[in-house]
Amino acid sequence: MAEKRTVEVSLSTSGLDAEGRPQRTPLVVDEGGRVTTLEAPLAIEPELEGEHMLINLGPQHPATHGVLRLVLELDGETVVRCIPHVGYLHCGFEKIGEYRQYNQIIPWTDREDYLNSPGNNVAFALGAERLFGVEITPRCTVLRVIAMELSRIMSHLVWLGTTCIDIGAFTPFLWSFQERERIYTLLEQWIGARLTTTLTRVGGMGADIPDGWMDGLRDFARTFPKTIAEVDRMVTRNGIWVGRTIGIGAMSAADAVNAGLSGPMLRASGVDYDVRKDFPYLDYETYDFDVPVGTNGDVYDRFLVRMEELRQSVRILEQAAERLPDGPVNIDDARLILPPKSKAMSEMESMIHHFKQVMEGPRPPIGETYVAVESPKGEKGYYFVSDGTPKPVRWRIRPPSYVNLSAIPRMVEGHLLSDVIAINASIDIVMGEIDR
Amino acid sequence: MGLTARPDHQLVTVSPQSTEGWVATRLDFLVNWGRANSLWPMPFGTACCAIEFMATAASKYDLARFGMERMSFSPRQADVLICAGRVPFKLAPVLRRIWQQMLQPKWCISMGACASSGGMFDNYAVVQGIDTIIPVDVYVPGCPPRPEGLIYGIMMLQEKVKRERMSDERLRDEMEPDPTSKLYIPPSMIDELSEPFGNSVHQTRSGL
Amino acid sequence: MVSGSADPASAPATPRGIPHRGGPMNPSADRIRDRFGSSFVRAEVTWGETTVFVRPESVYDIVRYLHDDASEQYDYLSDVTAVEYRDLELPLQVVWHLRSLPYRRFLRLKAEIPKGAPLRVPSVMPIYSGADWLERECFDMFGIQFDGHPDLRRILMWEQYAEGYPLRKDFPLRGRFSRSEQLRQALAAQPESRYSMTELTIADAFEDLPLEMRQRLAGGEKTGE
Repeated sequence: MAEKRTVEVSLSTSGLDAEGRPQRTPLVVDEGGRVTTLEAPLAIEPELEGEHMLINLGPQHPATHGVLRLVLELDGETVVRCIPHVGYLHCGFEKIGEYRQYNQIIPWTDREDYLNSPGNNVAFALGAERLFGVEITPRCTVLRVIAMELSRIMSHLVWLGTTCIDIGAFTPFLWSFQERERIYTLLEQWIGARLTTTLTRVGGMGADIPDGWMDGLRDFARTFPKTIAEVDRMVTRNGIWVGRTIGIGAMSAADAVNAGLSGPMLRASGVDYDVRKDFPYLDYETYDFDVPVGTNGDVYDRFLVRMEELRQSVRILEQAAERLPDGPVNIDDARLILPPKSKAMSEMESMIHHFKQVMEGPRPPIGETYVAVESPKGEKGYYFVSDGTPKPVRWRIRPPSYVNLSAIPRMVEGHLLSDVIAINASIDIVMGEIDR
Repeated sequence: MGLTARPDHQLVTVSPQSTEGWVATRLDFLVNWGRANSLWPMPFGTACCAIEFMATAASKYDLARFGMERMSFSPRQADVLICAGRVPFKLAPVLRRIWQQMLQPKWCISMGACASSGGMFDNYAVVQGIDTIIPVDVYVPGCPPRPEGLIYGIMMLQEKVKRERMSDERLRDEMEPDPTSKLYIPPSMIDELSEPFGNSVHQTRSGL
Repeated sequence: MVSGSADPASAPATPRGIPHRGGPMNPSADRIRDRFGSSFVRAEVTWGETTVFVRPESVYDIVRYLHDDASEQYDYLSDVTAVEYRDLELPLQVVWHLRSLPYRRFLRLKAEIPKGAPLRVPSVMPIYSGADWLERECFDMFGIQFDGHPDLRRILMWEQYAEGYPLRKDFPLRGRFSRSEQLRQALAAQPESRYSMTELTIADAFEDLPLEMRQRLAGGEKTGE
C-alpha cells in the first residue's frame, strides 16, 4: 500500500479573488502543504493511492429495511467488499414452535414475515393440513387465494414505498401506505386485526368474511390499478429513477438459480420459476394470470417485475371474487375445528371436543412435509416434522429473504455506496423472516 | 377517556423555601410547550411495530400534527426514542449505545408488547422488556398497537413533558451502568422483571 | 397428480388426495440406489414427498450427481436444515431439500448421524452457492460441522454466544443462564469489537485499537462476528 497523501488536483470552486470575482485558475495543495495556483492544469493522476475505508452500515439505519448490518470496504465511493451481518432480530421462532400446538403457532407466522402476514398464515395452514391429511372446503380455498393476493399487494406496496424513499422519491411512500390502509380496513372487517392477522386455522379460517365484504374487495380491485398507474407515471420513466437503477446489481440467471434466489429476484434474472405455476396449491392452475419475467436481473428489472405482479394480483383477486362459492368455511372435523360456542355450552360431546383441542391440541399422524408457497419475497416453505404429539418436533421456516440476501456481496461489489442502498431495497428483505 | 393531567403529589419536590416564582413557572410552561410539541422521534424500529409506526406517520394517522414528522435517524438529533419491535439480546448493546448517544432532554416510548415485556417471545433470544436496558417513560401495549394507541402513548408523553419543572434537579439524572456488568439496574430486579408467570430459569408446570 | 414426482409433460396441478404413506416415488430415488448402492440406506414416500436416506459421508457425491446429471438436473437448493427428535435415542437427521426446475421435481435427502457420532457432514457449498448461509445457520442452531464450508461461523447468534446450540433438544427454551446473566453477556461485547479479523485488517483504524485487543487478535482470537 502506498503511503497516504492527499492531493487535490483542482477545487471545484476556486474561490474569489481580491475583487470578489471567481478565480479561473485552479488552486493546488502540494506535498509541502503549500497552496499555489497552477499556470497549467495538472494531468489527472492515473491512480490515487490510498487506503480503503471500512464503514459500518447499520444495524440501526434508515435505509437498511430493518436491523441489517453491512460492513463495507470502500475504495473512495466504490464498494470493494461487502460483509453482511444478520441475526439482530433473531427471536427463536423455530424453537418456540416446538413448544406450541399447531393452531398456537399461527400467531407466530404473522410476525416472522410481518409484511405478508395473511400469506404466512395460509402457507402454515396448508402445511399443517397436509400433515394432518385433511382437505379444506372450496370456499376456504378461494378465500385463501384472496388472502394471499391481498397479502402480496400489501407487501409489494411496502417495498414500493420504501424503495422510492431510499432512492429519493417520497410521495409514492404516502400513496402506497394509503392503499395499505384500505387493505387494512378490509382485513380488519374480516378478522379484526390490521397487520398481524392470524387469519387461518388448521382446517379452515379464523372467521368467514362478513356480509358486504366482497363489495369492498371489488371496489379495491377496481380502484387500485389507478394508484399503480400513478406511481408508474411518476417513477418508471423518470430520468433519476432509470439512471439509478438500470444496470445496478445484476445477477445472471445461472448465478441466481445456483444461489437459491427466488421470487422477483429470480424472475427478474430471466428464470421462469413461480411456485404458483410450477408446484401449484389452492387451485392456482385454474386462475388466469401471467408471471412477469425480466431479462437483465438488475434493480430496474426487479422493479418492473414487482409492479407487474401488482397488476396480476388484482387480476387474480377479480377472478376469485367471481368464483367464491357458498358453503362452510371450516371442515367438519371435530378433532381440528372448535365447535361453535352455542354447541360447546350445551352439548357434552362438543364440550369435550373443545376441551381436548384447547388443552391438548389435535395430534397429527407421524410424518413430515414441506409445503412451499410463492410469497411476495420468493419461495416460502414450511417444513414440519411430527412425531404424533400435538406439538411439532421440528418447525422449519425456509425464508426466501435469507437466501436472497446472502447474494448481496456479489451484487454490490464494484458499485457505488448509493447503489448499495438501491440494491438492498430491490431485494425486498424482511429482517423478521431472515433472522426469525 | 380524556387526558386531563392528574395531580401527582410526588412528582416534584418543592421545598418551602423554593424561589420558584411566577417567571420560573412561565418559563417552565414555555419550554415544556416547545418540547412537547416538537418531539423529534428516533424510530428504533425492528419488526411489525415499525410498520405500524410508519402507518402512523403516513397520511391517515399523520404524526406531523404532533410535530413528529421529522424522523431523526441520527440519535444526536432526536428527542424521543421510540423502540418499536422486539429487541433480541444481540441488538441490546446497539440499543444501549443509541440511548447513550442521545442528548438530554430525551425520553423513551416502548411501543408494543415485545419492547415492553418481551411480548410473546419468552425464550432464549429476546430481551424481556427494554426497561432492563434503558429507562422507559411510556409503555404502549399492543401487538402491534393500533396507530390510535401509539398516538395515545405519544400524547401521554406530551403530558409528562408538560409537567416537568426546571426546579427538579434530579430530572435529567442518568443512571450509570455498573462498570463490570454493564447493567444499570440490579440483576435480581432484571430477573424479577423478566419473569413469566413462573420463574424465568425453571420451566413452568404447563411446559409452555 | 402428486407434486413430488411430476411428469414434465403434463401440466402441474394442485395435489389432492395424497396418501400418508406410499404413492408414486420420485424416479431419482431408484437411480440413486442403483448408482450409489452402499451409500443408499432407504427411501420412503410420505405425504407425496420422496425422502432418500443416505450415509453422511457420501452426501457430497450424491448431490454432485444430482446436480450435474442430465436426467436429474437438481439445479436448485431450497433448504439445508436438521431435525433432532424428542426421543434422544433417535439419530439427528440433516436434511437437504432439492428441486429440479426443468423437471419440476422435489427431493428430500437425509443423512442420519447416530447419537455419539461426531456431528460432521460434507458441505454442498461448492455445488450450490446458496448453501452458504443455510449451512451457517444449521451450524449455529445445531452445532453441525460442514466440512468444506469456507467460513463456518455463527450467523444468528453472536460469535461468543456461550449458552450452546439453541435448537438442540437439551437446550431449554429460555436458555441456560438467568435473564440478568444473559443480558450481562449480551451487553459485555462492545459494538466496535464486533468485527471479524478480515474486517479489521482492512480497517483504517487498526492502529487505533487498544494494544491489548491487537495482541489478542494477533494471537488468533476472533472477536464479534
